[in-house]
Amino acid sequence: MTFSASAGSEPGNKTMRPGEMSLLALSILCIFGALFIAGRAYTPEYAFHAYLFAAASLFSSVAVIVRYVRRPAEVPPQMIGGKPNYNYGPIKFGSIAAIFWGIAGFAVGCMIAFELAFPALNLDLPWTSFGRLRPLHTSAVIFAFGGNVLISTSFYVVQRTCRARLAGALSPWFVILGYNLFILLAGTGYLLGITQGKEYAEPEWYADLWLTIVWVVYLLVFLGTIFKRKEPHIYVANWFYLAFILTIAVLHLCNNAAIPISIFSSKSYIVWSGVQDAMIQWWYGHNAVGFFLTAGFLAIMYYFVPKRADRPVYSYRLSIIHFWALIFMYIWAGPHHLHYTALPDWAQTIGMVFSIMLWMPSWGGMINGLMTLSGAWDKLRTDPVLRMMVVSLAFYGMSTFEGPLMSIKVVNSLSHYTDWTIGHVHSGALGWVGYISFGALYCMVPWIWNRSKLYSLRLVEWHFWLSTIGIVLYISSMWVAGILQGLMWRAYTSLGFLEYSFIETVDAMHPYYIIRALGGVLYLVGALIMAWNIYKTIASPEAETELVGQPALAAAE
Amino acid sequence: MSLWDRHAIFEKNSIVLLFGVLLVISIGGLVEVLPLFYMKNTIEEVDSIRPYTPLELAGRDIYVREGCYLCHSQMIRALRDEVERYGHYSLAAESMYDHPFQWGSKRNGPDLARVGAKYSDEWHRGHLHNPRSVVPASIMPGYPWLGNTDLDVKHLGDNLRTQQIEGVPYTSDQIENAAIDARAQASEDDPALKAFAKRYPKAVARNYGGQPGRVTEADALIAYLQMLGTSVDFKIYDEKANIR
Amino acid sequence: MTESGAHKHVDAHSGMGTTGHEWDGIRELNTPLPRWWLNILYATIVWAVFYCIAYPAIPLIQSFTPGVLGWSSRQSVNDELASLRAQREPIVAALSQASLDEIAHNPQLRTFAMAQGKAAFANNCAPCHGAGGGGSKGYANLNDDDWLWGGTLEQISATITHGVRADDDLSHAGMMPAFGREGMLDEQQISNVADYVRSLSHLPLPAQANLAAGAAIFSENCAACHGADGHGDMELGAPNLADAIWLYGSDKATIVEGLVNGRGGVMPAWGGRLDATTIKALTIYVHALGGGQ
Ligand code: HEC
Ligand code: HEC
Ligand code: HEC
Ligand code: HEM
Ligand code: HEM
Ligand SMILES: [Ca+2]
Ligand SMILES: [Ca+2]
Ligand SMILES: [Cu+2]
Repeated sequence: MTFSASAGSEPGNKTMRPGEMSLLALSILCIFGALFIAGRAYTPEYAFHAYLFAAASLFSSVAVIVRYVRRPAEVPPQMIGGKPNYNYGPIKFGSIAAIFWGIAGFAVGCMIAFELAFPALNLDLPWTSFGRLRPLHTSAVIFAFGGNVLISTSFYVVQRTCRARLAGALSPWFVILGYNLFILLAGTGYLLGITQGKEYAEPEWYADLWLTIVWVVYLLVFLGTIFKRKEPHIYVANWFYLAFILTIAVLHLCNNAAIPISIFSSKSYIVWSGVQDAMIQWWYGHNAVGFFLTAGFLAIMYYFVPKRADRPVYSYRLSIIHFWALIFMYIWAGPHHLHYTALPDWAQTIGMVFSIMLWMPSWGGMINGLMTLSGAWDKLRTDPVLRMMVVSLAFYGMSTFEGPLMSIKVVNSLSHYTDWTIGHVHSGALGWVGYISFGALYCMVPWIWNRSKLYSLRLVEWHFWLSTIGIVLYISSMWVAGILQGLMWRAYTSLGFLEYSFIETVDAMHPYYIIRALGGVLYLVGALIMAWNIYKTIASPEAETELVGQPALAAAE
Repeated sequence: MSLWDRHAIFEKNSIVLLFGVLLVISIGGLVEVLPLFYMKNTIEEVDSIRPYTPLELAGRDIYVREGCYLCHSQMIRALRDEVERYGHYSLAAESMYDHPFQWGSKRNGPDLARVGAKYSDEWHRGHLHNPRSVVPASIMPGYPWLGNTDLDVKHLGDNLRTQQIEGVPYTSDQIENAAIDARAQASEDDPALKAFAKRYPKAVARNYGGQPGRVTEADALIAYLQMLGTSVDFKIYDEKANIR
Repeated sequence: MTESGAHKHVDAHSGMGTTGHEWDGIRELNTPLPRWWLNILYATIVWAVFYCIAYPAIPLIQSFTPGVLGWSSRQSVNDELASLRAQREPIVAALSQASLDEIAHNPQLRTFAMAQGKAAFANNCAPCHGAGGGGSKGYANLNDDDWLWGGTLEQISATITHGVRADDDLSHAGMMPAFGREGMLDEQQISNVADYVRSLSHLPLPAQANLAAGAAIFSENCAACHGADGHGDMELGAPNLADAIWLYGSDKATIVEGLVNGRGGVMPAWGGRLDATTIKALTIYVHALGGGQ
């Protein structure tokens, strides 16, 4: 119920807007296109995806019609009672999707962690075997969990810091729903063996194409909102969001350049090959870290930390320098994934020196976040949400110190291919990405659902402590495992012969794999607690009453 | 007006910010990627590298499908322990026909760059079926379905044609006969073997999967594994010419 | 209204001015860059410049700047391996000149060969023969004194170099025919001869076993390779069937399986893959695992 709904909507003069009309037409076209492909698909797996796409298109057509019938005749107002009429609908969907996918991704992470300790858990079935579940894990946590957090927070932050309603009416919904359709195509694809075999870019050509469309609309919605801003300046969080959206688009297009063997087949071949493909892959892979897992989440940090701490950002000048330095230098660092390989030495050198120069620009973000708390440190004792975000910055600082260290060739000669990399990944992933996301969700959910506070801060405490123990178990076991593994691979007997066979090094990992898996379970339990807490927050009756009190902010959707 | 104030141009104009970002992120990628396409010494000159046969290519697609690259590297680094354990360090030339590359980034299992001809087909069959039957401490998953699933050769010509477009030197003869060649290479007595041997003189045909009269996914995957790292004869390879 | 305009706001806690803007309640302080931060950033940049001068780094048109140190990762590992070879030169020369017998009886050479053999075994042979050489179904046990192809140093060396039924002209050959699949024996005959084979090593037999029939089939079909008394033939790699040591297994199902489908385990030839001294070392090592003749 909104003001505009009751105010003078005459059913007679309602017409379909061009956006609605074209989306409806496109959706109907897509239903038939997808059914046509399904009928001729080379494999049942591909046919399944075509049917899935047809079903999504059908849903989209119906949704457009239902929305048209229900909506008031005129465009939702930009302002209500002198305040911007923010659009929170897609954000709500994205937040819930993020929590859902996060739990799914952590659960699959636990599954593969146990598989490495007890291989019988692969169950001798294709869709439960490690090689298919691992990309499901990485995509579910990075793209599904992280992606939904990024899209929904960016929609929130860009509106609030521009004091403008999100651009477009259907497009924000298209972005969030379309993105989740991409996730569904990608995830079910892995289970069915549909993959391009490029880490973090595994989805096949048609999912890649679909993501391209969704992403372009995302960029337009984001930019459109900035265009409409009432603030003279663009806030630093939005610089980071923009760099993230733009760079991911460029990376995605170059790394996924592929030719399908037929439009009736899910199979494609990447146009690049060998050493060039390796370079492009890790230019992509490293910057998926740099722009998806770093720039995007720094944007989150720049809004939610000062907001929650109720303190000004530490240094505007630091923001400027570390922003430009970060995005400039990140791009160069990809070759640190290819040290001592068949990639020419010159490229490895460049990758290494830029990784090291990247250290301070990365820390700039950490300093700006941590120092924002000066004057508010006492809040850490009482506010576990803020504490989570601060610990997240500490992990960010740690993994961006460890990263440059691992980029040094001699260090990398030991760490590469080992669980040390996995430890590094997860100190960044669980600590930084995970915690800043949880913090943002804990902040944002009450705000967008119009609740005065979270259901329970005690549960946040539980979440915080369980998952912190989980992270410590995870990363410390992987450091030991990784370094042990690296040392065993290059251990020599007194006469200079290799001391261990490969399988002996596998065997030595067993206890650490168990510890890691247990750490993962703690982290998962923490996330389940969060889901419950968020559910109770949204479902709490408090809000209904409160809603009546302040109708001004009730979004049109 | 201080230098800091000049930054306002980016903050007040989203299009300037957009192009600024685009410019800044383009430089590094261009400098690192483009030279790899034009600089001659990026890929060594080795004549003996050949494209995959249809059967091997199908095997490679299965390797990708099952995500073997998530546990196995195919890149022996130029480091003493790796050279001693796995053999000569990998050359860029050895993966020049690999769309996509499969160098990997994690070794839960050993490097496979030179696993070809190291074990018998029988060993691979047993190992893929149940790794712990041959290596008790292995943590590798079993792939029992590979040996029970007939290889789908129907569209292999499409696979070859696509790779041809991308620059792999397949002939139209090879593309037309892809399905026939795949079946022939997995047998010892197929009538098409002679034609196959003419089209792929350096390839080895035999019953990789071990099941008489049947071509399964195991045939393809083992054919692929058995040719890994066998294209370069390092006894005659000119090391000096390719130090770079 | 200028940027450094009038409505600049000063933060009470730090005493630092803000930039004057506010977004949804968030302000920014104008704190200068931390000195230490800037210094480390400069230091890494200076270091990077020097590093790029020292090492191959900058792509040009034809090639790249090689760096003043002239270092390359390939040259570096080749140098390391070459110096290792040079350091081992005396003992390797001695090894390649000495006969296997001499190596086995020269403590110094033997110690070296054992160390090398152990490492080579772990990385090449253990996946089939097991970490301790104990073998598994179809993969010969190298610890016992039962040899398919002979247990003298020379015989072991030949087996390793050329393999068994491998892609090598000098490889051991000889297969066990697929009596069942090729239709040479019917089901009943196979069952009988399998019982007979089990009787050779005194394994328990079913009550209805027809040993006489089995014996007849054996002498007609099997004796040519396994010998009249079943003691095997090393020339053909036909195992001794009377010694209670089994390559594939002693249970009737396994024996029948072999009779139906034939047998012919493949051991790769290592001559092309490993160098001559490594093979010598492996020979000494395998010989010493137990049962070497
Ligand atoms: C969970 C990780 C994992 C996955 C996934 C995996 N492997 Fe392995 N692989 C191992 C481990 C560990 C070993 C070493 C122990 C052994 O030999 O089983 C190994 C060994 C091997 C070997 C023997 C290599 C050597 O030199 O000894 C081959 C060949 C192999 N794997 C092929 C494959 C193929 C093909 C696939 C995919 C279909 C695959 N692996 C998937 C972990 C894995
Ligand atoms: C792919 C599996 C495989 C690998 C790897 C392998 N072998 Fe074998 N090896 C076999 C098989 C199978 C046999 C038995 C052949 C037969 O059935 O006659 C065998 C037999 C032998 C024999 C003869 C045993 C006898 O009783 O006469 C020796 C000696 C031997 N292997 C040594 C080695 C050494 C040393 C290595 C490593 C350099 C090695 N093997 C690697 C499979 C392998
Ligand atoms: C052409 C020669 C040949 C003939 C004929 C032959 N065998 Fe064999 N047999 C072999 C060889 C060679 C092997 C070992 C195969 C291997 O090493 O993989 C073998 C292995 C076996 C084994 C497995 C031994 C073990 O240790 O597990 C049994 C049992 C056996 N033969 C029984 C028979 C019987 C019974 C017949 C007659 C019906 C027969 N063989 C005829 C050559 C022959
Ligand atoms: C419950 C929590 C988690 C568990 C138990 C877990 C477990 C695992 C395991 C077992 C692997 C494979 C390691 C290997 O191959 O040896 C892995 C890989 C990976 N995980 Fe997680 N994970 C968890 C959470 C996360 C999160 C939250 C993220 C990201 C936001 C993440 C990102 C990744 C990435 C990027 C890889 C691939 C690393 C590489 O290839 O180097 N994980 N994880
Ligand atoms: C200054 C910042 C950083 C640098 C220089 C850096 C450097 C590195 C290096 C050297 C590796 C190992 C490559 C290899 O040997 O294969 C690596 C792997 C990885 N890092 Fe970082 N890292 C940084 C920050 C981060 C952060 C903040 C994350 C966040 C989550 C992260 C995620 C990853 C992932 C996912 C991988 C695994 C890639 C793969 O092999 O699949 N890194 N990084
Ligand atoms: Ca892709
Ligand atoms: Ca990886
Ligand atoms: Cu990286």
